[in-house]
Amino acid sequence: MNVIEVNKLSVQYRGVEALSRISFDVEEGDYIGIVGPNGSGKTTLIKALLGLIPYEGKILFQGKSLEQFTHSKKHIGYLPQKMSFIDEMFPAKAIEIVASGVYCCKKFPKRLTGEDYKAALKAMDILGIKNLKDRPVGKLSGGQQQRVLLSRALIHQPDVLILDEPTVALDPQARDTFYATIEELNKENKTTILFVSHDIGSAGNFVSKLLYLDRKIVFFGTLDDFCKSPQMSDYFGHDQHLICHRH
Amino acid sequence: MENTFNQIFEALQYSFIQRAIIAGSFMALGCSFLGIFLVLRRFSLIGDGLAHVSFASIAIALLLHAQPVIISIPLVGLASLAILKLNEKTKVYGDAAIGLVSSFGIALGVIIASTSGGYNVDLFSYLFGNILSVSTFEVWITAALSLLVMLIVILFYHDLFSITFDEDYAQVSGIKVRLINRILILLTSAIVVLGIKIVGTMLVSSLIILPAISALQLVRSFRSTIILAAIFAFLSVSIGIFLSYIFNLPSGATIVMVNFIFFAGAFFLHKVKG
Repeated sequence: MNVIEVNKLSVQYRGVEALSRISFDVEEGDYIGIVGPNGSGKTTLIKALLGLIPYEGKILFQGKSLEQFTHSKKHIGYLPQKMSFIDEMFPAKAIEIVASGVYCCKKFPKRLTGEDYKAALKAMDILGIKNLKDRPVGKLSGGQQQRVLLSRALIHQPDVLILDEPTVALDPQARDTFYATIEELNKENKTTILFVSHDIGSAGNFVSKLLYLDRKIVFFGTLDDFCKSPQMSDYFGHDQHLICHRH
Repeated sequence: MENTFNQIFEALQYSFIQRAIIAGSFMALGCSFLGIFLVLRRFSLIGDGLAHVSFASIAIALLLHAQPVIISIPLVGLASLAILKLNEKTKVYGDAAIGLVSSFGIALGVIIASTSGGYNVDLFSYLFGNILSVSTFEVWITAALSLLVMLIVILFYHDLFSITFDEDYAQVSGIKVRLINRILILLTSAIVVLGIKIVGTMLVSSLIILPAISALQLVRSFRSTIILAAIFAFLSVSIGIFLSYIFNLPSGATIVMVNFIFFAGAFFLHKVKG
């Protein structure tokens, strides 16, 4: 079953065509790595999927618009590209930011309950940051902030998880924990994952499919097919062993 | 000391002081409830920009012999939406959009004032405000608007928090970001118009900015910041009114100076705490 259908999607950014008539389908439980060089449209694609920028073409979530999809109790978890702009003075504790992940599921007037804070603590515990719950979010390190934002994305057990360069600020140990957590969500909860990464070497170890972008789709399919494809050597040359040799 | 208390007690017997305290307190609460969201979203100067537009709208009202508040609230509301639109839809940066609308407002005000017989005392009085001259009508309208601001902030607290921290995530969460941004900016424009009577066009943005940045020096929880900003704002207005009465100082400027002293104290405490 298709969770996301993208049909002839084009995005103009500052007069330049950032994405040109791309089409692909995402099936339930897919774990898709979105890769490509700088300026290839990876983040633009994520923003279009999330309805954050105007676009031409069609994007459907289980046959519905994003708004209808989220209104039908389906949840999308989103981790933006590293928020280096978290204000040092922003007056919120880490747990307040994580708990804000449940706002999507609340009706007006929104109120947080004890259960919501328990869920926030659980999400923080998974990523090993429970001890940071009362720390001001602006005072945390880049890696800790990244994990706070990831906990926010995971708190409501999303049906679709969209991650934009999630491991950029993480140290190797935190990165391993992160990949293990995401893999578990994908396998046990059938969470569909779209995952933008420059780190093609690591991404190749976990994803089930690869979407290679360069304003257009260069390749979309399973990793095994990609390893055999001519696009592989065209684009990666000698580094191909990095993604085709799974650990 | 006893003499000071006697003077304060004496001041409280006057109905114009009572009106000033009531209107000022409500204004302080309204401004502080909005201030934190505007400051953290780098929209601090919108109060200043809208106050300049108010200058033009007051000039129009005086020209038409109409009640300035009635003319200013819709006109300044439109200007605030124009700033938002310029920021969202064009390549004009937020601060440049504020500067653009603000200079247009001042220029228009000056032209209207000069073509209608030059600057008159009424228009000049709005530059620096006079809380001691607020009418009963203005007290009622300030109280009503401030209560509306507080009610909206309480009802939409979580949405506003989410938008302030991360607008994109808020939108993905299904929060109606554009609608809430418009409500926030329209409330700001209305509170700015009413604030002009209290501290004047030149100083109204300080009522929005100073309590919020003072509170930000001392607390690290969002809710506590709003509460502390409201306390600072309320105390600044009350103390400012009494000081201006006792020492015969301009009320608006005195309120701002008290606000600034609170900020200096909070900043010092923040530095001491590290």
